[in-house]
Amino acid sequence: MTDITHASPGRPNSILAPDDRTRRRNAAEARFRLYGILAIGVAILALIFLLTSVVRNGAGAFTQTYISLEVALPADKLDKNGNRDPAEMAKVSTFGYKPLIKAAIQDAMAAQGIAIDGLKKPESLVSEDAAAQIRNYVLAHPEVIGGSRTFDMLASGRIDGFYKGRVTMQSAERDSNVSPEQLRLADALKEAGLVETRFNWNFILWPDASENRPEAAGLGVAIIGSLYMMFVVLALALPIGVAASIYLEEFAPRNWFTDLIEVNISNLAAVPSIVYGILGLALFINFGGLPQSAPIVGGLVLSLMTLPRIIIPARAAIQAVPPSIREAALGVGASKMQTVFHHVLPLAAPGILTGLIIGLAQALGETAPLLLIGMVAFVRDFPAAPPEGLFDPATALPVQIYNWTQRSDPAFVERASGAIIVLLVFLIVMNAVAIVLRRRFERRW
Amino acid sequence: MNEMRLTEREDVTMAESKISARGVQVYYGDNHAIKDVDVDIQDKTVTAFIGPSGCGKSTFLRCLNRMNDTIDICRVEGDIRLDNEDIYDKRVDPVQLRAKVGMVFQKPNPFPKSIYDNVAYGPRIHGLARSKAELDEIVEKSLRRGAIWDEVKDRLHAPGTGLSGGQQQRLCIARAVATEPEVLLMDEPCSALDPIATSQVEELISELKENFSVVIVTHSMQQAARVSQKTAFFHLGVLVEYGETAQIFTNPRDPRTESYITGRIG
Repeated sequence: MTDITHASPGRPNSILAPDDRTRRRNAAEARFRLYGILAIGVAILALIFLLTSVVRNGAGAFTQTYISLEVALPADKLDKNGNRDPAEMAKVSTFGYKPLIKAAIQDAMAAQGIAIDGLKKPESLVSEDAAAQIRNYVLAHPEVIGGSRTFDMLASGRIDGFYKGRVTMQSAERDSNVSPEQLRLADALKEAGLVETRFNWNFILWPDASENRPEAAGLGVAIIGSLYMMFVVLALALPIGVAASIYLEEFAPRNWFTDLIEVNISNLAAVPSIVYGILGLALFINFGGLPQSAPIVGGLVLSLMTLPRIIIPARAAIQAVPPSIREAALGVGASKMQTVFHHVLPLAAPGILTGLIIGLAQALGETAPLLLIGMVAFVRDFPAAPPEGLFDPATALPVQIYNWTQRSDPAFVERASGAIIVLLVFLIVMNAVAIVLRRRFERRW
Repeated sequence: MNEMRLTEREDVTMAESKISARGVQVYYGDNHAIKDVDVDIQDKTVTAFIGPSGCGKSTFLRCLNRMNDTIDICRVEGDIRLDNEDIYDKRVDPVQLRAKVGMVFQKPNPFPKSIYDNVAYGPRIHGLARSKAELDEIVEKSLRRGAIWDEVKDRLHAPGTGLSGGQQQRLCIARAVATEPEVLLMDEPCSALDPIATSQVEELISELKENFSVVIVTHSMQQAARVSQKTAFFHLGVLVEYGETAQIFTNPRDPRTESYITGRIG
């Protein structure tokens, strides 16, 4: 009996006490788990930091401060000849409307009994956009001339920032764009119920605005441009990518040529996106004669970039379909194409969809190639409805973010962070759609 | 020598046969997998192919409905005739051939669809049913022939992959007979099944021979003895012996067959 136990040295007699070897193995395993937990912890912390900083900076972009004033619209200023001729009325530019706004503020101060010492330029509480807003309204409704009307006007960026904590009395003293007196006036008007901060649909609906009017800047054109490009990418990259992967996996003979194609697809997936931008500039704009800044060109460039990233996972998904399913279909007399479309493709669909959505999400967030094809331009006009709109100038969400971060007014930092939130929401929606579609296809089993 | 074998071949052709193979050679790249095989498979009988693993019996079976076409490096030479028509003729569409020569595979491989759709798929793509009612009828008839109707009639729209292994294999047989083939090839149909499911499938095979010519590849000599009327013994890519099952198992002519069925090789 003892002989047998001594025959294997290094192995303890009892399994109740772990030996050295087991202890070392268990320690190694515990260490490895710890590394894993650490790695995940770092990732979660980074994510939380990113999200909190973006939300803290960007949440303000979704609310905006408005000043509600009754503006008198005297006929002698706006329509000197009194004939309500639109062409003549249009000659009064926004400069002609600025005194009206100044008068409206002074009226409001008088009506509320507000008096502030040393107050200069009370009209700069209101955004420069307000004059254009009133002018557009008057040109569209000439009958209001001679009376007065209450307008909900955007507050200027600094006043808006005052209510979001970006501007304080101390910072206003050193600021050439706003004075503490103006801030006090804003507070007084707020007490009178004339200043209100509320949800800002215009951030999503309006186009971009110029440097000194951050309060009027919106993402409308960028969102439409991005949607148009996604539409182009989806319409081109999905069918071409899926067809290419089906052909390569199911029909193509295995030879040096298909091997070459395979290597090239893998390489193209790793090519920096800015290279695709140069390719798009040379191919579609210089050679193809397509317009600059147009979503169609952006979509084409992004399609080229996305194609290999769709083909690789699609091929993997098709490869993962068990061969027994193909044999079963061929065995009952299905043709090659029936086998692929009735059995292989539905089974590969979840994988193909995942690849597609990841590819689209990458395309949605891509900036570099768009800079090269001119989508970085300042675009205020909405593109028309598709298909003509695909050829109109537009910007894209990531490019808009890039643009806004370059502007000096701190209000644009808030705008840029808000745009990042919108972009992230788009990505989350796309991923959610992918998950729902995947579930739906998987239920077919 | 050659002339002598040719005259022998003439003799075999005289018999009534559904499939007749002459001088079949199969190559996988450089590997000569099947060497000069001659076989005649009769209508409405069960023919068993037995032999040790890797002897080429499955490869030869897959030649009979051109399933080997899907393998790039596989090359088939020789002459295989179904009802006296060369199935490797250039004019033959393998899809049409496979509708006539159905196949059941080693592992049950139902489509990840409902039981009904599994059986209805073949008739649908071949246009065998003109109406929903006709299709229902075909599905019921096939499932009855597959001896699985009573077990699944209440859940025809449940997924076929949810059945047990033996039920799945019978479903696959029902799917294969739904297209009304003339020959049914079975590649070790029971190797993934337990003994009870195996005996159910074997019973089914005996019933199927009333309507079809069945060719079954099997590892189990007992199974070959139980279900088949004719047996072919393959060894190292060569057809060693082919004859009545009773004769092969009781009185083999070739010493290799005898060693195999007595358990000395294989």
